[in-house]
Amino acid sequence: MFKYFPHTESDLAAMRAKIGIAADQDMFVDIPEAVRMKKDYKLPAALSEIEIRAKLSEIAAMNRPAIVFSGLGAYDHYDPSVIGALLSRQEFLTSYTPYQPEIAQGTLSYIFEYQSMVTMLTGMDVSNASMYDGPTAAAEACFMAMSMTKRNKILVSAAVNPNIAEVVLTYAHFRGLEVAFIPVAEGETSLPDLKNLLDETVAGVIVQKPNYFGIVESFDGVSEAIHQNGSVMIESCDISTLAVLKTPADDGADIACGDCQSLGMPLAFGGPYLGYLATKKPHVRRMPGRIVGQSFDRNGKRAFVLTLQAREQHIRREKANSNICSNQSLMALYATIYLSLMGPDGIKRVNELSYQNAHKLYDLLIATGKFTPVFKKPFLKEFVLHTSLDQTLIRQALADHGYFGAVSLADYDDSYRDVVNFAVTEKRTQEEIERFAAVVGGL
Amino acid sequence: MKTYDRLIFELSVPGRTGVALPSLTGKKHPLRELGGLLRATAPALPEVSELDVVRHYTNLSQKNFGVETGFYPLGSCTMKYNPKINDEIAGMPAFNQLHPLQPAAQIQGVLKIYHELQGMLSEISGLAEFSLNPYAGAQGELTGLMIMKAYHEDKGDFKRKKVIVPDAAHGTNPASAALCGFDIVEIPSTAQGFVDLDELKAVLSDEIAGMMLTNPNTLGMFDRNILEITKLVHAAGGLMYYDGANLNAILGQCRPGDLGFDIMHINLHKTFSTPHGGGGPGSGPVGVRKGLEAFLPNPQVKKDGPDYYVEKGADAIGSVSGFFGNFKVWLRAYVYCLTLGKEHLKDVGRFATINANYVRVALKDDYRLPIDSFAMHECVFDGLVDQSTGVTTLDVAKRLLDYGFHAPTIYFPLLFHQSIMIEPTETESMQTLDEFIAIMKKVADEAKTDPDLLKRAPTTTPVTRIDEVYAAKKMILTFQDFIAENGR
Repeated sequence: MFKYFPHTESDLAAMRAKIGIAADQDMFVDIPEAVRMKKDYKLPAALSEIEIRAKLSEIAAMNRPAIVFSGLGAYDHYDPSVIGALLSRQEFLTSYTPYQPEIAQGTLSYIFEYQSMVTMLTGMDVSNASMYDGPTAAAEACFMAMSMTKRNKILVSAAVNPNIAEVVLTYAHFRGLEVAFIPVAEGETSLPDLKNLLDETVAGVIVQKPNYFGIVESFDGVSEAIHQNGSVMIESCDISTLAVLKTPADDGADIACGDCQSLGMPLAFGGPYLGYLATKKPHVRRMPGRIVGQSFDRNGKRAFVLTLQAREQHIRREKANSNICSNQSLMALYATIYLSLMGPDGIKRVNELSYQNAHKLYDLLIATGKFTPVFKKPFLKEFVLHTSLDQTLIRQALADHGYFGAVSLADYDDSYRDVVNFAVTEKRTQEEIERFAAVVGGL
Repeated sequence: MKTYDRLIFELSVPGRTGVALPSLTGKKHPLRELGGLLRATAPALPEVSELDVVRHYTNLSQKNFGVETGFYPLGSCTMKYNPKINDEIAGMPAFNQLHPLQPAAQIQGVLKIYHELQGMLSEISGLAEFSLNPYAGAQGELTGLMIMKAYHEDKGDFKRKKVIVPDAAHGTNPASAALCGFDIVEIPSTAQGFVDLDELKAVLSDEIAGMMLTNPNTLGMFDRNILEITKLVHAAGGLMYYDGANLNAILGQCRPGDLGFDIMHINLHKTFSTPHGGGGPGSGPVGVRKGLEAFLPNPQVKKDGPDYYVEKGADAIGSVSGFFGNFKVWLRAYVYCLTLGKEHLKDVGRFATINANYVRVALKDDYRLPIDSFAMHECVFDGLVDQSTGVTTLDVAKRLLDYGFHAPTIYFPLLFHQSIMIEPTETESMQTLDEFIAIMKKVADEAKTDPDLLKRAPTTTPVTRIDEVYAAKKMILTFQDFIAENGR
């Protein structure tokens, strides 16, 4: 017997008798003899729970968690203890898509709350139930723009994080969507270049805030130029910062998308995170993914249910807006609980602290004389600096002291080979910031 | 508890908070330095205490049905038990605190897990290599189709723009193919839901990039012509894509690679026991046969001697994820594989299949069995045998909720009008199946004696049947919409 299989020999005998088979293999007669497995899998032998714990502790020890001073799409924010405890409730954890709404009001209610909170932060009218991550949400936003305009080209600001741009390029390439990049001027999306690139083939334009360099762009004149051309403005934002920054709606965007990882989700080597996608009400039927709406049950009681499903793959098949089926529902619950705990004041404080800490590190690093500004532009919690130091040396010194930071932008563009990234959140203490600056300043 | 009916916004009292954060450190660098870049008003998030939050979400959770609540025979979803040790390991700080961009030397442990799990999945599938980056089954399909396209284009063959999808396929198949820029050639299935070989032959040409197939199919039956099918498609120059949604059935019996499949995805949240999370996060690793590895998405995890490293392959299709996919999901699947090992993984398909056939045989006098032959991991009925009462599959499903069972998948596959798709999985005991069978029979009786009882069902759940038309018509999609409609 094995702990996950309840089949005793006598159960099996009774079941075989009822089915009318002599041996289990009789049920597999349709599998051609030539390809039936004759030998065991070449896999390790089963481990007991005692052995699993020991083995995984050993593997875990091969990792070196560090005090994080970089971001680039994954930020080390504080994760309140409440969230893990609530997420581990089996009713949330082990259920599936709420196909039977009468016994899934828990899931449907929190998705409704999540959709509400995403619209509060983005200023949009509607949000879907979640996307996989920020980059795939941006790719889906491009397809929405394509469908809204019947055009076939996307402009991506070169100030968009390359890990978003790469996913957009991949999705677009296979769909047959053309992509062009808008050059950066002084760390921001160049408006004159954007205007030059806009033509009757452009479906949508993706910009990012704060952008890849950490700069909070103002987007003055951007939405006007895009809309004058009949194109769609897609704004990808770190959702945590939208608690204090102008919203995508304020900026004139038609679609807001991005990652919710910054809502305290553990870094967890890149996932699970959560993508969000929101838009204005007239475009709701072009949205991919699930959407929850409010209704009533037969007794007139308020109830929530999956709605507008005629957009989705299980109904529309190849004519669906997207193929997305499973999403990141449990992480939407994460975001919802996080934002409930924080409230408007808490999430503002997170941004104030991050701002203060990041600027403190910026000042300290400049004061070492080994770093110089790349751009003189406003930033919130993330920034880039030129360095005269050997980067291998920096990163080795940081690793020796248990830090992770100063990620090179050389892969982004060779002209940025002397540029490194820093990000500081509310989690970093004053001592950590000072020691970090001292470590690199001492090189 | 059933009467709890609040949204978190309705608990809000100005001034409350659920967190304690550090104080600001002096007056230097206040956020208002950002001036005109700041929003004019704060978002209307709820203001609630920590206990308010804990109690609210605990109450909400109790309106949900999970695998640990009771039997969850949702067909095509493989709602097996989600082992606790997997969650425990996934919660270890040494995994939670890793930044995905840390240098390889600092993340050898997670890279080892990535590399070893992809190796185990390759062995189980009979393929050469897997990428764990795709986030879910549907994204795995899309990624696999990108690989298919890249393969043809790499050979300078740009005319293969069509993908064959049987009409019995999961909805994600044609949707993924369309998203990948393919034209879909739908072929009708035989009455048994199998691939019609004549129909297949008729559409094969040098414009076909490949074919997507689930085997066992969406009726839970293994297509015995599989070797002929893969041979025909290969002979026409196409590749075979295996939709791994039903992989649970064949664990220990056969391997997709040996059947002739070139590319596949696995739903780790189905076959490899990771929790479904109310609709995700899942994980949809994509595997390929030898010769296609270079096309797998970036970033790729490789091994050189004892060292693991991350690489961006020049021939890769590109990236389908910001980082390495849903790490904590594939970590759980790794623990599951280690726990079952070679001794027990091979039994999964056998026990899942015996469970499904046990249910199939027991219910065939009460529910119409359109095809009376062996099922694999799931069995499909077409409504009640007695159709004179007007009781539908929906009514049966709703009545099951009153009896404390999750409903099976209903109205899928689309081949039948009253489909009831039951997937018990291998983790359920004969006793649980007997209880379910008894209730299914009782419901079939009720349909004859008191059909209205089923039409009214469910009545014991937190809410009764919901007006879907109102939801679609009113489009109340946020709390702000709700207030606009109803006032405070």
